[in-house]
Amino acid sequence: MNTTRIIARLDIKGPNLVKGVHLEGLRVMGDPKLFAEQYYKDGIDEMIYIDTVASLYGRNSLTEFVNYTAQSIFVPLTVGGGVRTLDDISSLLKAGADKVAINTAAIKNPELIKEAAKKFGSQCIVIYIEAKKVSEFKYECFTDNAREKTGVDVFEWARHVEQLGGGEILLTSVDYEGTGFGFDLQLTKQVAESVSIPVIANGGCGNVNHIGEVILNGKADAVAIASVLHYEKLVNLIKDCATKDYQEGNINYLKDYFKGDALGRRNINPMTIKQIKSYLNEKKIPCRL
Amino acid sequence: MKIVIIDYGLGNIFSIQRAIKHLGFEAIISHKLDEISSADKLILPGVGAFGDGMASLQKRKMDKLIIDFAQAKKPILGICLGMQLLLSYSEEFGVHGGLGIIPGKVIRFPEPQPKGLQYKIPHVGWNQVFPLEDKKDIWQKTVLRGVSPGDFVYFVHSFRAIPDNNRFVLAKTEYGGCEFASVIRNENTYGCQFHPELSGNVGLSIYRAFING
Repeated sequence: MNTTRIIARLDIKGPNLVKGVHLEGLRVMGDPKLFAEQYYKDGIDEMIYIDTVASLYGRNSLTEFVNYTAQSIFVPLTVGGGVRTLDDISSLLKAGADKVAINTAAIKNPELIKEAAKKFGSQCIVIYIEAKKVSEFKYECFTDNAREKTGVDVFEWARHVEQLGGGEILLTSVDYEGTGFGFDLQLTKQVAESVSIPVIANGGCGNVNHIGEVILNGKADAVAIASVLHYEKLVNLIKDCATKDYQEGNINYLKDYFKGDALGRRNINPMTIKQIKSYLNEKKIPCRL
Repeated sequence: MKIVIIDYGLGNIFSIQRAIKHLGFEAIISHKLDEISSADKLILPGVGAFGDGMASLQKRKMDKLIIDFAQAKKPILGICLGMQLLLSYSEEFGVHGGLGIIPGKVIRFPEPQPKGLQYKIPHVGWNQVFPLEDKKDIWQKTVLRGVSPGDFVYFVHSFRAIPDNNRFVLAKTEYGGCEFASVIRNENTYGCQFHPELSGNVGLSIYRAFING
């Protein structure tokens, strides 16, 4: 059977789980450990942790978090952000990562993919592509949370990384990311049909139908989602907090929830992993149940 | 009980150690021949190419040790490439001899036509394990006793195992229109094509059963 993986993407900044729109304007969601553990219990197929400020500091600071969560989470963990050298990969794998996601360093030095695949195996090298539409049929690779242009064409790059030994592609649509408008189906389909390695669609999921679309029409092999899961968990946290005196930190967006604004993200319909799986099952899309 | 995870330079072995620790046991990661031969149970991990894996075992003189271990009927669990190495030979990048503990061969999945449209190689993701039709109760006294037919486990591989005889096949899985052996067994030697340490509670139950014997 050819099953589609549902992957939770956790963007982490310092001690916090964060979520932005177009990879910017990061909003604090809470303690990433609570989210990661809950997603595992709920039956997530995989998890991706991205250190959102790693490129800024030139290193990945998730080692401790990876080490902690890997003790009790037994599904594949991919870790990205600031992965530059074979030593970086080695220390993340030791900490408990099963795969690493590489963006900036791979674009600057494509040979890194080859060396990493040779040393650690293709299966643990995920190429992270931040894709932005620059003209009607043209998408360009960006780095550093879509702040830096690279001039590299997404489709050419996807084929190139496959040849170099990349094992999977994490394809994030910067234009759709965080919006809840749905995935970029054109982008996903074109990349998925250009390569024979698995493509993980990411960016834009607002409801279950979007997941169905990107699998059936976008030809995605896996789907990475964030907002819809994080907000679902937040809703429950809010209910929990409503009875408590919860005054620390920026919680204005939590208060908005009670005003009927779905946490300030009108296009995001929070959902559980179970709801996603039963939707896929209904649509006869094979997945792990 | 001494459980040793064989370190021969291939693959991420820490997640196996963590899974076993989570179950309340200690596994030693070692490349030392005396540690390996004095183990009660061996785990042979591994990812990557078959030829490299076998060469690495031979260079470290571990191949003979593992074969002796199996002949003494002591328990071995091969994972992913470690499972494939248990077989007689592989057709990955030329023909390479394996440990030959379980008679059979390792071949690549057939190429999808047209490229990439129906399924992809490698096979990455969750898939189901089933017993062979005529052997429904075969799992009861094995490492799969905590697994139910149709349970999902996590795979990453481009090559598949074909034992010479169905009696070596404990579980099968279907991908890309072809069935392959996902768990194999000969006496007390087991091999899992998937990664139990990445397969949630189903996977943990396999390590638990292997350790408890």
